[in-house]
Amino acid sequence: MNFSVHQRVRHVLSELGQIAFLMKDIFQSVFTLKITWRDLLYQIYSIGVKSQSVVLVTGAFTGMVLGAQTYFQFHKVKMDTATLAVVSVSLCDELGPVLTALMVAGRVGASIAAEIGTMRVTEQIDALRTLATHPVDYLVVPRIVAAQIALPLLAAEAIVVGICSSYLVCVHILGIEPVYLWENMLKYTHDVDIVIGLVKAFIFGGIIALIGCYKGLTCGLGAEGVGHATTEAVVYSSITILVTNFFLTLVMGKLVGLL
Amino acid sequence: MIEVRNLQKSFGANKILDGVSFRIENGESVAIIGRSGGGKSVLLKHLVGLLQPDSGEVLVDGENIGPLNERQLLRVRKKFGMVFQGAALFDSMTVAENVGFAFRNHQHLTAGEIANRVAAALEMVDLPGTENRKPAELSGGMRKRVGLARAIIYEPQIVLYDEPTTGLDPIVSDSIDKLMIRVRDHLKVTSIVVTHDMRSARRVANRVMMLHEKKLYASAAPEEFFASPDPVVRQFVDGVADAKECLF
Repeated sequence: MNFSVHQRVRHVLSELGQIAFLMKDIFQSVFTLKITWRDLLYQIYSIGVKSQSVVLVTGAFTGMVLGAQTYFQFHKVKMDTATLAVVSVSLCDELGPVLTALMVAGRVGASIAAEIGTMRVTEQIDALRTLATHPVDYLVVPRIVAAQIALPLLAAEAIVVGICSSYLVCVHILGIEPVYLWENMLKYTHDVDIVIGLVKAFIFGGIIALIGCYKGLTCGLGAEGVGHATTEAVVYSSITILVTNFFLTLVMGKLVGLL
Repeated sequence: MIEVRNLQKSFGANKILDGVSFRIENGESVAIIGRSGGGKSVLLKHLVGLLQPDSGEVLVDGENIGPLNERQLLRVRKKFGMVFQGAALFDSMTVAENVGFAFRNHQHLTAGEIANRVAAALEMVDLPGTENRKPAELSGGMRKRVGLARAIIYEPQIVLYDEPTTGLDPIVSDSIDKLMIRVRDHLKVTSIVVTHDMRSARRVANRVMMLHEKKLYASAAPEEFFASPDPVVRQFVDGVADAKECLF
């Protein structure tokens, strides 16, 4: 039992060390501008544009259900017109970036790990290296930069769609007075809420692409190895996003409080 | 010039290479033969820095590549072209994009110049007009030839072939052999071929090296090697299994 715990700890530390070395290579590549714009644009399209439908549906239905649930509670204390303000702040600070990141981790994190993992088992990554191309420059950096550009845009999209959907539910289904509803939302939603959401989405984008690339680059051999890498990329990214979100909330809350 | 000194490599508890040493001069054509799982491909990957030795040295033009990191190795790898066992073509790209990959970040070549060089490389491997096809649309032999075109387009000094004729029918194998000879003679490259194909080794190489029990067992010119009376060499060249292996 002790032996397996010991082995497990060693394995985790070894993985963290490898991720640290990967990040060192990524910084070297980014700061020496080894990025290829054509690859970056393709990845922004692949990660950002192709994720829109899933993010729009997530944002819309989260906004609608959050609006309805908030109304059911606030109606008891005659605070109906504060409903959209709660929806807006929740979506900007937490639900928008976190749910967007979780959906993108499922779609994009899995796809990155599977694509790079397949390249590894079919020796395509070795072929890249023999063609004097660093795999981090060609495979990892465009994906990470693209994810960090795409995630804030997707999160912003989810937030806007969520608020609009919630507004429609509040006004047309729940019968809340639209002017007060809108005014209260503007009054209680501050610029800083939007900034917090976008900063979180930027960090989550990096986490998804980093873990997807790492799992792909280190996947075991054969179809089984690629399958494991894909599953682990999604699970580890999702858990890392949730844990990181808690600490980001504390840190940014403190920063905002100080300001 | 490539020199390997006392190379040792293990994967976990499994020792693959135990003190392999040899030297290959510029312009030589060497076939490395040996049993499956005997470390031939592992040895080949050490020559281009795809694997790091546990101990020993690999020198390319006098430079020990063991201590170099991945970025420093990129400079050394420009001297090499490598043809992989499964071709390792980038399956998301067309044939032209695969073959011209080495030039994708070269600022001094126009798109037209790259297209011309791709067409010339494909012509050399007898695949003209296949630029727009995807790897999935090609046969095994065609994929190997595209892999060869990709490896030679930037005119490297050394070309490594990892089992180039494995899995191909005798006629396609013959065409690959002829291509390797054409590349060797036209581009004056150093060729190192890992193979199980005795006919191919005899035709392509001017020296045959045999790995046996984790060490370099024999190294000689093809005529001398294939006439050797040594029982281990004879057993491999003639393809005779041990009695106990026949049971399975």
